[in-house]
Amino acid sequence: MIITMAFGGGGKTTAGLINDIFFKHLGNDILCRAEDSAVVEGCSRIACTTDSFVVDPIEYDGGDIGRLSVCGTVNDLLCAGAEPKYLTCGFILHEGLELAALERVVSSMALTAKEAGVKIVAGDTKVTEGSGGLFINTSGVGFIPSGRDISAGNIKTGDSVIISGCLGEHHVAILKNRMNIKNDVKSDNAPLVDMVRSLFKNGVNIHAMRDITRGGLATVLAEMAASSGTRIELEEGRLPQNGSVRDFCSLLGLETIYMGNEGKMVFFVPPCDEDKALDIIRNDRYGKNAGVIGTVTCEDKEGSVIMRTAMGGMRRLEAMMGEGLPRIC
Amino acid sequence: MTGRFLEDLKNYDGRQLKLMEVCGSHTAAIARSGIREIISPKIRLISGPGCPVCVTASSYIDRLTELARDGKTIVTFGDMIRVPGSTGSLYEAKAGGADVRMIYSPFDLIRMAADDPGRDFIFAAVGFETTIPVYTLMLDEIREKGIKNVRLLTALKCMIPVIEKLLCDGSGTDGFLAPGHVSVITGEKPFFETGKKYGVPFAITGFETDKLITGIWGLLKMISRGETGVRNFYPSAVKREGNIKARQKIEEYFENGNAYWRGIGCIPDSGLYLKKEYSGYDAGSRDLVKDEKFDVMCCCDKILTGKMEPVQCPLFSKACTPLSPKGACMVSSEGSCYVHYSAR
Repeated sequence: MIITMAFGGGGKTTAGLINDIFFKHLGNDILCRAEDSAVVEGCSRIACTTDSFVVDPIEYDGGDIGRLSVCGTVNDLLCAGAEPKYLTCGFILHEGLELAALERVVSSMALTAKEAGVKIVAGDTKVTEGSGGLFINTSGVGFIPSGRDISAGNIKTGDSVIISGCLGEHHVAILKNRMNIKNDVKSDNAPLVDMVRSLFKNGVNIHAMRDITRGGLATVLAEMAASSGTRIELEEGRLPQNGSVRDFCSLLGLETIYMGNEGKMVFFVPPCDEDKALDIIRNDRYGKNAGVIGTVTCEDKEGSVIMRTAMGGMRRLEAMMGEGLPRIC
Repeated sequence: MTGRFLEDLKNYDGRQLKLMEVCGSHTAAIARSGIREIISPKIRLISGPGCPVCVTASSYIDRLTELARDGKTIVTFGDMIRVPGSTGSLYEAKAGGADVRMIYSPFDLIRMAADDPGRDFIFAAVGFETTIPVYTLMLDEIREKGIKNVRLLTALKCMIPVIEKLLCDGSGTDGFLAPGHVSVITGEKPFFETGKKYGVPFAITGFETDKLITGIWGLLKMISRGETGVRNFYPSAVKREGNIKARQKIEEYFENGNAYWRGIGCIPDSGLYLKKEYSGYDAGSRDLVKDEKFDVMCCCDKILTGKMEPVQCPLFSKACTPLSPKGACMVSSEGSCYVHYSAR
């Protein structure tokens, strides 16, 4: 069975879709009230964010657009030091989408929300003309405990820069699917709630953190260096590497430092907390390959990121320009 | 071993040398390795015309965008989509509603064309000896499957004629890093002959850091011994005789003709065009001679021929950046200006 325009009509077919797929998988006490707005408990400081997901293909090695739509928003909330609480989701379904595929995506979304400890409390569905695809928007709210202040502006000279694992896995999982190339790379899409919670619980003084998504590590660090007015120095040789990702990238002329991830965090912590932080991150199921990759060396009004190459040369890293396209030969 | 070679390169104190690579992948690998800053300042590594996108004449891009606006589906690889023509880039044509598709393998195109026989597909086939054999396999399949709705707009170029042109014009290059991928196809012979003819050394090398160091070190040794011709420092990939089968496939479909190189002009017999018997698969590739600069200050021509470094161009990183490129060298991630910009 496939999605037709009737599923977006707002009548019985729409209600059937909501009951049979959305409530079935995502249902909870708040969502199932089916009111025009969800009413939830709050706190004094909240973080809120929104993100839209248009990935093609909607299912790929290691995940799907449903899991991704939860991870992306949850990880953004974590970066503000928030405990993710509630999500809303908007589905834009294209005519021709297989109902079975939609159900797989929604069920995966439910599992990921459960893993991340968030409730999906409101939702919307629209159907448009199209070719069997699916877009999802999720918005999220998280509570920020009092006294917690996480921001790129807090980065200080001397901070250690830690990444939670190998780069480029999500990007390669998507590209290889489009290019019909076989390798063992799976998307890293994951909610990093446990990892971050555990760092806070153990008293690691996180100055700043950011999830390394589109544009990759180089872009994220360039932005953070600019907003904190610092110079960040990396050691190329210390970047955790996934061999299959590296081979794939070198084949296409791409660089892992510019590749997107969906379950990788970069942390800035004072040097005295470096060992403890690394230990905690490595003990998390999504942080086994974590490593210290560099330090914040000094103030720099303009902000700069320098990478010491494996051979000992220095290379300045800029934010990615335009779209990262494979080279021609 | 590589460590010792690197030490030699750091400590070099002989006469000032200018070494040129002519391969976009070498340009990128050298910039990413940071090797320029650590070897002796007496060894200057410069980039020649090795990026296929950078050397494509503006008339070629104009012809592609014209076909796109005429309702044809344009299919291309990566960077080509961003190159500015006199009426805009393919990116802009796409945003204006033209059907421009980026593919990763030419065989994706065959699938698309077979699934949609009512649509005309134009494939932007650019590249050097490395890429051309793939196009011949694609043509084999197109013919085998009787696909009628695919034509190629080609900008295919050969490496040796442009190197000889640089040597004739006196670029002052002391030696060349021969392009690793091109050499896989051509073998050592063409570089040997050109090296002997013009009295310069060529070192064939690969792309990993250790291979680059070995290649540059080897080139230095050849220069110090007054050796000309070629040495192969990449024997794991490059055979002396090259890939004979691939060259036979190229000869089966293509013949040499004059080609226009952006900023350099016409180089006789430096291009490859579909032979007459296959002209039904060509979308008007010959005689695309116009080559316009979009900013008179643009120095891509001098940069491509190794006469100028990207930073010496008055537009570099000011009016010309990867987000608003004035010349093709700033477009492709293999282009000298782009590579220098992103590794400043």
